This record gives sequence, C-alpha cells and structure tokens, in this order.
Amino acid sequence: MKQVTVPVAYMPLVDAAPLIIAQEMGFAEAEGIALDLIAAPSWSSVRDMLAFGRVDAAHMLSPVPVAMAMGLGGMSTALSAVSVLSVNGNVIGVGKPLEARLRDTGYGFDFADPVRAAEALAGVRDGPIVFGVPFPFSMHVELLRYWSRATALGADGIEIRTVPPPLMAKALAAGDVDAFCVGEPWGSVAVEDGAGALMLPGCAIWSFAPEKVLAVRTAWAETEPDLTGRLMRATWRAGRWLAAPEVRTTASELLSRKAYLDVSPELIDRALSGHLTVSARGEQRRVERFVEFHSGAASFPWRSQARWIAQQLRRSHGASARHDPDAVAHVFRTDLHRMHLGSVGTDLPGASEKVEGAIRHATPVASAGGGLTLLPNRFFDARIFDPNAE
Amino acid sequence: MAKTLTIVVVEEDRDRAIAIVDALKDACACEVFVIGNASGLARKIAAHAPDIVLIDIDNPTRDMMEELTLASGPLERPVAMFVSGAAGGLAQTAIEAGVSAYVVDGLAPARIKPVMDTAIARFAMVRQMRNELAETRRALEERKVIDRAKGLLMKAKGIDEDAAYALLRKTAMDQGRRVADVAEALVTASGLLG
Repeated sequence: MKQVTVPVAYMPLVDAAPLIIAQEMGFAEAEGIALDLIAAPSWSSVRDMLAFGRVDAAHMLSPVPVAMAMGLGGMSTALSAVSVLSVNGNVIGVGKPLEARLRDTGYGFDFADPVRAAEALAGVRDGPIVFGVPFPFSMHVELLRYWSRATALGADGIEIRTVPPPLMAKALAAGDVDAFCVGEPWGSVAVEDGAGALMLPGCAIWSFAPEKVLAVRTAWAETEPDLTGRLMRATWRAGRWLAAPEVRTTASELLSRKAYLDVSPELIDRALSGHLTVSARGEQRRVERFVEFHSGAASFPWRSQARWIAQQLRRSHGASARHDPDAVAHVFRTDLHRMHLGSVGTDLPGASEKVEGAIRHATPVASAGGGLTLLPNRFFDARIFDPNAE
Repeated sequence: MAKTLTIVVVEEDRDRAIAIVDALKDACACEVFVIGNASGLARKIAAHAPDIVLIDIDNPTRDMMEELTLASGPLERPVAMFVSGAAGGLAQTAIEAGVSAYVVDGLAPARIKPVMDTAIARFAMVRQMRNELAETRRALEERKVIDRAKGLLMKAKGIDEDAAYALLRKTAMDQGRRVADVAEALVTASGLLG
C-alpha cells in the first residue's frame, strides 16, 4: 500500500489526542497514511484551512459544521463530521475575585453539582457574570447557556465572550471576563497560574456531550472515500488505544511534546485520569469519564447530537439561522461511519438517532455485534431531547 | 464620490502596523485605524464601525472577531469573512498570503479589491520575510550538524574533510535521504555510543 500524506489541522488540546496518537503510535501508518498535523493558532483558522483546502481533515468543535450548515458565521463550505473524536472534557471555572466571594459564602468547590454551583454564583454576582469561551460556536457556549437557563443563574444572568484560551488568564486579570469555560489543559493551566478555580466539569451538565469531531469537506469525503475510511479507522483505533488506563503515562508524554501541546505531562494526565486539581490550594476532585475517546460508541456521530446542537443554535441565533432540521442532522455522518468502520471490529449501534439525555445507567443496546453498551447520557436537570418530537 | 472607506487593522507589532497603514493609504481613499491590544477586541472594533477589518491569519485573537459575524454581535451591520461570490478567488489568495479580511455586508466588490490587493501584497511580503528568516536559521543549524558529522568521520576513518563530505553525500544518495539527515543520524548515533 502506497503511503499517502493527509494534512490535518488541529488545536493543541488534550482532546486532539486521537489524531496525535494515530500518528505517533502507528495507527495511521498501519492504514497506509501519514498525518501531517498542523497546529492552528485559532478555531477560525482551523475552519478556514479546511474550507479552503489547505488541509483535508480537522479536529473541530462539534457545533461548527452544524452552524455552517445553518448558514451561521459567514462561511458556507459543506462539512461532514465523520466521527466524534471526544466526548466531554471541558471545565467551567471562575477568576480570583469570584473565587474569593464564593469562598466567603462557604461554597466548597465540589466540582460536581451544577445546581448548587449556579445558586452560589447567583448569590454573589453584582450583574451578569461574563464567561470567556474559546469560540462562538462551541459546546462550551451551549453547555453554559443550557446550564444558566435551567438554574438560578437565569438566561440573562450570564454574558458570553470569545477569548482565546491562551489569553484567558490576561482577560481575567484585566476584568474583561469573570469566569470561563475551556477545554483541557487550559482549565488546569489557569489553576496552576493562580488565575482562578474550577467549579464544574462539562459532564456535570450533560454527561455525554459530543465535544470535538473529525471534520472533512463533504466533497472530499465523496471524491476520496478510501482516504476518508483510512483516516477514520486510524483515529478510531487511536481512541480505543487511549481507553486503556495503562497507556495514560505514555499518552501524556506524547501529547506534552513541544510540537504538540507543549505543557507538562502532569497537567495532561489530570484530564486523562479525571483527577483534577481545582484550585491553587491544591484541592483535588475526581470525575468519572471526564473525557471519553472510545467507550459507549463514543466515536459514533449520532444525528440526534447534531439535532440537539441545531436546536440550541436556533434558540440563540433565531432568525439568521437556516431551518432544515434533516439537512442539518445529516452533517453528522452515521452513514460514512457505518460504511468505513463496519469492518474493524467496532460494534456500531443499530440506530442513527437516540433520545438524548435518556440513559440513566449504562445500558446494552441493539448493535451490529450484539455487545454494545451505551454509557449514561443525562442532562443535569433530567430533561430529555427527543429528536422525533422537533 | 463614495464615502471614504474605514478600515481597521488588528496588529500588535507597531512597525508592521505602520507599514500596512501606509500602503493602504497610498492605495485608496480610506481612514485606517490600528488596534494593537486584544482586550475587548470586538467592542473596540465596533466602536470604529469599519467597512473592512484586516487581521493576520496567524493571530490567535482572530477568534474574537468571529463575534462580528453574528447578527446578535456588537456591530450594527453584519460582517462576513471575505469569501462570497466573485471575490472567492481573491479570498483564497488572501488566505494564502496570510491575511483574513472581514467585510461589511453589501460593500461593492470594486471597492474591496484595491484594499485587498494591497493588503495581500503587504502581508505576503511580511510572511516571506518571516519564512526566509526561518529558512536561514534552519540552514545554519544543518550546516553545524554536517560539520560535526564530517569531524566525526575524519577522526574515525582518518580521512580528510573532502573525503568525509563525499562519504556523507554518497550515503545520502544511496539511501535516498538528505545529507543533513544522514549527518544528524551519525551525530546522534555517535552520541549514544559515547
């Protein structure tokens, strides 16, 4: 098999692991491809590189391809999310002034209870709390909005501003933002720098939130089905490799390299192990499935996930969003996922949509191989999202 | 005559910013503002109500600009990444040159073009200088490694410098690799063998 180089854009984050591991641990090579991994300076840059053909695939925020299909954000190349690269993995935190006020009220930074966290914040604010997020179209924004709407914070109780994570500490210090929602390692970096404390993991709001996807141009997936398949299998195998606890040290070391995340392996290990240090006082909290790359068919791009994202985006952007729920749902390519991953020993679900938020405990479901168990999938307020009831 | 264009350039490096502003002013009738500090970027830009915003594609604060593309964002008139219609080719050239442009909805392409042509030329020049500098550094680094490899060969095999270089070059050709890569492998191996 002749080796083909596939240029892939990514943001240096812990959840870029499936791409970095695919290249470093030989999963790409086994598929006859080499990933030319290009670290991008911004999410807009990742999107533009993919849309303009500078790269053929990208590590992307799951709402971006959905937003583009809805005509939001001024860029309209058709993109396909062929796999989910990671589930969960964000943290919500506050800057020092808010941390101090919360501590004065006796708030214990349990890093677990979203209702309690919202009440605590609502109790100490003067006006709307300004949250910094990495990008206007992101799971970060959707989780914050969902959380504020359903709690004491209230929909108008927060404001959301885009701040690139490397500048978040500065923005907190300058008072441009009061709090933040970011992906790891940036939450842990904020704690290490003494810029603030962590209040919640993203999974406390939605326990199975599709965070990053493997995105390609829809036209490219059509003209290069073979390469698309090889890329998907390589990242899927990397995700499976990452699921084994004994590889964590190796994974942290690889990701920490200067060419990739360029932060200490110990910081990366916090996210991979789910053992987070939430404040400069060294308080530690443990989170089940802080970030998930494999278990529970994590890579499967459920159309119902795309529909949930679309519903949230319509709520925020209303009139300017194009409304064609079926077309938008098909941005998450369950068809390509089945076509290209059916052969590698993945156990794929029989359905392409599910009721989001309706799995209380790990549940066996109908699947091609008969051995698939879906992981808990719950919104903190126990609401469910039925894709057929739209 | 149409109203003077208002252009905002987001650039931290003062010298670069001045060079870009001068070039733009020569190219068209326009008012140019420079924003150097990223804090509260979208609001600062909105305060100028620009027709066009130019920003280096490698600038991480670009994501803050994306808020301008939202109808609910801080600008009255929505702004689009410069990609649409007949200007598509120009946008691609711009991206390759390392500049991204955000243009207010409805601005005539004829008015955008001279600005973009100038911006593209200016950003491309800066990018080329940056690349050349990186290339020079890399060449210098490789030269050092090759010299060390030659030294190792001369000592180990008792040959002169020309013969050592010939040996490196022949090995590289035989293995289909670059001389610098062979030299680096030799230096690493000799370091390991101590």
